[in-house]
Amino acid sequence: MQRLRTTMMFLPGMNPAMLRDAGIYGADALMFDLEDAVSPAQKDAARFLVHEALRTLDYGSAETVVRINELETHGRQDIFAMVDAGAQVIRLPKTETPQDIIDVAQVISTAETRLGKPAGSTKMMAAIESAEGVLNAREIAKASDRLVGIALGAEDYVTNLQTKRYPDGQELAFGRAMILHAARAAGIDAIDTVYSDVENEAGFRAEVALIKELGFNGKSVINPRQIPIVKEIFAPTQVEIYQASRVIKGLEEAKAKGSGVISVDGKMVDKPIVERAQRVMQLAAASGLVKQGGNN
Amino acid sequence: MVKNTIGREIPTEFADKYGVFKGAWAKKSAYQTAAAQVHPVQPTDSKLVASIHDVIEKVGLKDGMTISFHHHFREGDYVMNLVLAEIAKMGIKNLSIAPSSIANVHEPLIDYIKSGVVTNITSSGLRDKVGAAISSGIMKNPVVIRSHGGRARAIKAGDIHIDVAFIGAPSTDEYGNINGYHGNAICGSLGYAQVDAKYADRVVAITDNLVPYPNTPISIPQTDVDYIVQVDKIGDPDGIARGATRFTKNPKELIIAEYAAKLIEYSRYFKDGFSFQTGSGGASLAVTRFLKAAMLKHKIKASFAIGGITQPMVELLEEGLVNKLLDVQDFDKRSADSIRENENHYEIDAEMYASPFAKGAVVNQVDVAVLSALEIDTQFNVNVMTGSDGVIRGASGGHCDTAAASKMTVVVAPLIRGRIPTIVDQVNTVITPGESIDVVVTEYGIAINPKRKDLIDALQNLDVPQLTIEALKAKAYAIVGTPQSIVYTDQVVALIEYRDGSLIDVVRKPGEIDE
Repeated sequence: MQRLRTTMMFLPGMNPAMLRDAGIYGADALMFDLEDAVSPAQKDAARFLVHEALRTLDYGSAETVVRINELETHGRQDIFAMVDAGAQVIRLPKTETPQDIIDVAQVISTAETRLGKPAGSTKMMAAIESAEGVLNAREIAKASDRLVGIALGAEDYVTNLQTKRYPDGQELAFGRAMILHAARAAGIDAIDTVYSDVENEAGFRAEVALIKELGFNGKSVINPRQIPIVKEIFAPTQVEIYQASRVIKGLEEAKAKGSGVISVDGKMVDKPIVERAQRVMQLAAASGLVKQGGNN
Repeated sequence: MVKNTIGREIPTEFADKYGVFKGAWAKKSAYQTAAAQVHPVQPTDSKLVASIHDVIEKVGLKDGMTISFHHHFREGDYVMNLVLAEIAKMGIKNLSIAPSSIANVHEPLIDYIKSGVVTNITSSGLRDKVGAAISSGIMKNPVVIRSHGGRARAIKAGDIHIDVAFIGAPSTDEYGNINGYHGNAICGSLGYAQVDAKYADRVVAITDNLVPYPNTPISIPQTDVDYIVQVDKIGDPDGIARGATRFTKNPKELIIAEYAAKLIEYSRYFKDGFSFQTGSGGASLAVTRFLKAAMLKHKIKASFAIGGITQPMVELLEEGLVNKLLDVQDFDKRSADSIRENENHYEIDAEMYASPFAKGAVVNQVDVAVLSALEIDTQFNVNVMTGSDGVIRGASGGHCDTAAASKMTVVVAPLIRGRIPTIVDQVNTVITPGESIDVVVTEYGIAINPKRKDLIDALQNLDVPQLTIEALKAKAYAIVGTPQSIVYTDQVVALIEYRDGSLIDVVRKPGEIDE
């Protein structure tokens, strides 16, 4: 089953206490930041720290993502260290063109080969943070098989647009729609940007509700306190769970019978409905609304 | 050297004098209580005395006597420093002091120890600088650490005989009717001082708020008080009570609190009419908030809550979710105001709160207690007294009293503080024995004491990660490494009395650290 990325928690690479505790808050993905959250003088120290954290700490089922510096600066060293540490995903900041992705994927391939890691085992994500990047989103999203998602980085993006962030998020409307469409066309995830005002719970809730409606897979969070809120908003309702569980039951019955036709209450169910039902059940399990089967 | 039942080594000289710990409920024989001297006061006598100097002369304080203080003014207390300064000036030496606790503000005490004014101390706690000084071995006689219930027991049984009790009085009349509800240095409950007033030979009220006779409500009555001295200020209101208790925003404390509240909600004790105590630490306070949500959801009300009272408990009282608060001490202004204004918020003394040898303390009636810890070991023993460096910096408080008596005792603590594991192989100092601890809650999950098979069965489906205490410890050690054990000298700097008066542990002076 596909990985959930409802919550992706940002962790400054130079904060040992946060690195140590990151696994306990239930984030689907942990994004260790070597880029903007780390001052130029501390790039080497942060890379070393995150490398050690990934090798020694138990982050459970959370996906480990590392935001690297651009290739022209420290990106190459970052990639080698993180591939060595077993990071699951390398996230490229400020992606503007498909070539940016191809270049990073090339370095990852070299690292995997040299470090004896299975080829293609390291995935990629790309943050799009400029008008150029948004307009190229479609090509960026399809630039490498390693890509599992693209994300909007709103702060740089609105600066580039010569505006700022507003409570209603109108300034991000085109960028969000573009990234979502590019992701879906490429069959990968779309992750929304951070909401920096941790104290404004109402504003955060409104933004999470909006991006859920739009179709995003999840939200980047900067504080563990934001995680339960995202989970709550993304959690399916009891009615949705009930309907989805009936679709899944229909699917299992069809499989048992060797039939390709899935029916619920005598009505035939289409493939998109089955996919949606699977996603609902996955979200419900992640929210603790239904018991996860298997290895839980 | 004698080993007690939890394996702590007690030097023979102290073991002979106090007896060693043999289990939480090992001692229960009847006893004769101590009695106080009474110096009758005639109609023409005045209790007002011009100065602290004069009152020290009047009560006949001499070398070798025992004096007591109360710690309701916490970090805002001026009384102990004022009195000891005067005593030092008068050249009295070799005193025993028996404050209910000692705060950072009492740092001048270090000099009085060094100059021989103070040669014995019993207290619940010793904070940073005083604790460090004691740990460094400045006293010949070890400090005797007693819990709040244990101190009340020791006074009532005569183990502590108070010659003169000095009581900071936020308001009193000239005949000594005292309460902590009115004045400049409002502290709310005077629960610890009430015990001193009943059993001390001489009782001196020190006040900055003399009011017309009769002063009510009467927390300490005129019949217990010998003299009253007026001074400029008995305390700093900002140090006595925090303005408002703020809920923690620390995500780790919140997750611990959430786990603890889920555990309580899921337990069989969570039913209409249950009772509880929560501490004043960040996670412990947050438990109260999560518990409130659970109480509203299930339409459950508590019969009472006890302890050091904090604003979140007052809010539960005012919202009708708790019927009564039984209050031995207040931690913030809202609580001190509430005890004055709300008849269901009731002052109790330390004996009624927690004494093991009373005719039934309130802790005996408590269903769920949520307590904090500096260290917990794999035997569930808890340390709230010494830091990971073995230096005294905490307070026994009501920890072992509440833990022993509550039906379910929950300890909340982060698995790791900084680079230091909280769950360890062996705690530096045992305050509360593992037999009294039922569940440990950390941000990584909970561990239930294997002795509580009933809880293990009942909590099987609780939606919180459950581990053994050994697994929690292993997790902590895996992250920060195995701590190097502290090398101690043989010098005993503090005796840890269990609430029944036996020695559960001693604190030794840490040795020099090899760099």
